[in-house]
Amino acid sequence: MTTELLLWLIPLLPLLAFGLISLFSFRSRGVSHGLALGSVGLSWLGSMVIFFRAIGGLTSISSSDFRASRFDWLPLGKGTFQIGMQLDQLSTVTLFFVAWTVLMIFIYSVGYHNYGSPIGEYDLPGLPPHGAVIKDKKGRSHRVPSVEPLYSRFFAFFALFAFAMYLLVLTDNLLVLYIAWEIMGLCSYLLIGFWYARPSARDAAVKAFITTRVGDMFMLIGLAALYSISGTLSYHEIFSAQALEKLVSSQAPVLGLSWAGLIGLLIFFGTIGKSAQFPLHVWLPDAMEGPTPVSAMIHAATMVSAGVYLALRTFPLISAGWAPGDALNPTMMVMATIGAFTALFAALIAVGQNDMKRVLAYSTISQLGFMIAALGIGAYVAAAFHLVTHAFFKALLFLGSGSVIHGMEHGVLHTNEQVDPQNMFKMGGLRKKMPLTFWTFLIGGFALSGFPLVTAGFWSKDEILSKVFETGHLLIFITLALSALITAFYTMRQITLTFLGKPRSKSAEHAQESRPVMTLPLVVLAFFAITAGWVGIPGNFPAIGGLLPNWFEHFLAGIQLEVEITNAYSLAPLFTSLVVALGGLTLGWLVYRRVSMGSPDPLQKPLGRVHTWLVNKFYVDELYNLVLVRPAYWLAETFSYQWIDKGLLDGILYAIGRFGLWLGQFFRTTIDRLINWIGDKVIADGVRGTGKQLSTAQSGRLQQYLILMVAISLLIGIFFIFTLFGSGNLGY
Amino acid sequence: MIPLSWYLIFSTALFCVGLFGVLARKNAIGILMGVELMLNAVNLNLLAFWSYLYAAQMNGLVFVAIVFITASAEVAVGLALIISVYRCRRIVVADEMTELRG
Repeated sequence: MTTELLLWLIPLLPLLAFGLISLFSFRSRGVSHGLALGSVGLSWLGSMVIFFRAIGGLTSISSSDFRASRFDWLPLGKGTFQIGMQLDQLSTVTLFFVAWTVLMIFIYSVGYHNYGSPIGEYDLPGLPPHGAVIKDKKGRSHRVPSVEPLYSRFFAFFALFAFAMYLLVLTDNLLVLYIAWEIMGLCSYLLIGFWYARPSARDAAVKAFITTRVGDMFMLIGLAALYSISGTLSYHEIFSAQALEKLVSSQAPVLGLSWAGLIGLLIFFGTIGKSAQFPLHVWLPDAMEGPTPVSAMIHAATMVSAGVYLALRTFPLISAGWAPGDALNPTMMVMATIGAFTALFAALIAVGQNDMKRVLAYSTISQLGFMIAALGIGAYVAAAFHLVTHAFFKALLFLGSGSVIHGMEHGVLHTNEQVDPQNMFKMGGLRKKMPLTFWTFLIGGFALSGFPLVTAGFWSKDEILSKVFETGHLLIFITLALSALITAFYTMRQITLTFLGKPRSKSAEHAQESRPVMTLPLVVLAFFAITAGWVGIPGNFPAIGGLLPNWFEHFLAGIQLEVEITNAYSLAPLFTSLVVALGGLTLGWLVYRRVSMGSPDPLQKPLGRVHTWLVNKFYVDELYNLVLVRPAYWLAETFSYQWIDKGLLDGILYAIGRFGLWLGQFFRTTIDRLINWIGDKVIADGVRGTGKQLSTAQSGRLQQYLILMVAISLLIGIFFIFTLFGSGNLGY
Repeated sequence: MIPLSWYLIFSTALFCVGLFGVLARKNAIGILMGVELMLNAVNLNLLAFWSYLYAAQMNGLVFVAIVFITASAEVAVGLALIISVYRCRRIVVADEMTELRG
């Protein structure tokens, strides 16, 4: 098949699966997940074909030949809006990790939703399965996990999600990207609120939707401004040199920015929402309310990656007018600041969280902060590299945590203990119970903390740190290094609490390793969590640099300007990353290795008030609640409803109503009464009276009538005689 | 020859007698007889005018004959009515037949 055709087919297959599942196969679990898995499997296959074609043809084919078919879509005043698919270096790389993580998450979901387990007798749609009771051969009954009631629905949404991500990666213009972006927003809403009967899940879904919508609105304004100025949203036209030149040279009416800077900033707000950067990060931790595969999907493969992908995609616009070595332009400054701040901020919060998935959620925010900060200082390749490696190890970590939670739930069902299966302080010692999950999670965790040389996370994070250091942004460097230290610390905290030591609850003692359908994706992702880093080892790295070619940078260099560092590899950032990674890991292990059953967090005492702040996430939610949510409720409930609606509008309506009532009463008492009086007294009574009077004339006596007749005849006769003869009309 | 006016005076007198009878008599049969008198007065009037003014034409005679026929038919119906009233109510006094009083 041609590359063009494949580019169209890759997104369309999951969409087709979504349609088929929702319309036809929703009753059959097997057919539904067969369709979903088949479609993403084929998409994966297509992606791999394209990927290897792209990297194979890289040396001989120039980048413009990657572009694929486009067609006229929307006739507009000036011309026709074209949409199409294209493939360039960035989408090739993104496609690679999206295809792998999506496929793995899909496979994992089959096990996570307990396909093949019995249907629980108390399970309801919209609630997590409660487990079912089965009898074994000896007649003893066991409680085992039960299958998800809305199994098909889950895969339908998931397929739609995959469709949106593929479309977003492969499209050739910002409008279709925006559409895919919004479909993803919808899917995240549907999937975070998948267990919709839980109020917390409902709230989280609404929160995610509204929070990302805030960013999206700015992004839409940015896109509209971009279109009205440049007349196109197609990448190859916007990012052409003269279009960018035009945007840079024109002055925007706001803040003294150029149009390029303003539009870049507006589009970056979209990234802030989608990639959960401060201050719009609040939705991401709450998104943990969804099933764990959804978390993995949102945090690794799709949603948040889409945000960074957008920032990478619009990087030429954001960095327009800036050349490597120059001072940062305002938009990049904002990005670098927000990214670095978010990295540290979220890492700090993660230290105070006890929920296994929430720690990972904050680590995602923190790592995305790294990428945004890297982009902000112009380290395009480093950001893209970290995006790829992060997708792999974060998908791995989420699926691993899902496997742990699954094992814990198994224990909870077995022991009937009242324990939150996500609380890390109730775990411990799972190393022996779930060896495969442990080893893969360890790899993922080490990749996240940047364990030197082996893991992918080390190479990408080290590249970011060295780029930041070499471009001389010392404050950002320190912030990111500190974040990396804390990252390693809380990762080790998580690993120690979950897997090491002794079980701290009965459920943890009875936890079980998950099924192969869940552990297999873990192994595959663990493989990438290590090897994905080896494609980007800097050529000038001490000792092992140059053993493997820095393929990643070479590949991406085709489209992007990049900070070209010619000096020798600086040892300071390398030393820093070694220290923070190993130091953080050691520290985490030392602090948390002795946590026993029921004891509090060891940091609680030494940190005191600070720890409370960390546990409560710096009270950002409370602040938003106070500043935004409650005023909004007040505006809706008190101001709009009570005052405006009930008071003012209803008041006016009631006044009109009362006036109408009064007018009616007035008419009734005056005019209507008069008319009635005339009708009653004058007409009706008059007629009745006259009739009564006249009825005496009808006596029934024949001779009276005759007399009357004679008399009247006489009178008429006399009248005629007088009038006719008197006037002489008869003529004689 | 007797002048026309004598006939007219006689017929007027006869009509008045009949009219008086119709208006004054209590007995329904008497009223009927008064009606006959009035009819005869009219007939007389018709014949007198015919004989003096239009003797060459037959119209007057025919008209009178028709009035006679009508009168006899009327008497037959009238008497039958009076008899049936008498059979019902044992009265022949016109003043007491007040069923149609308003």
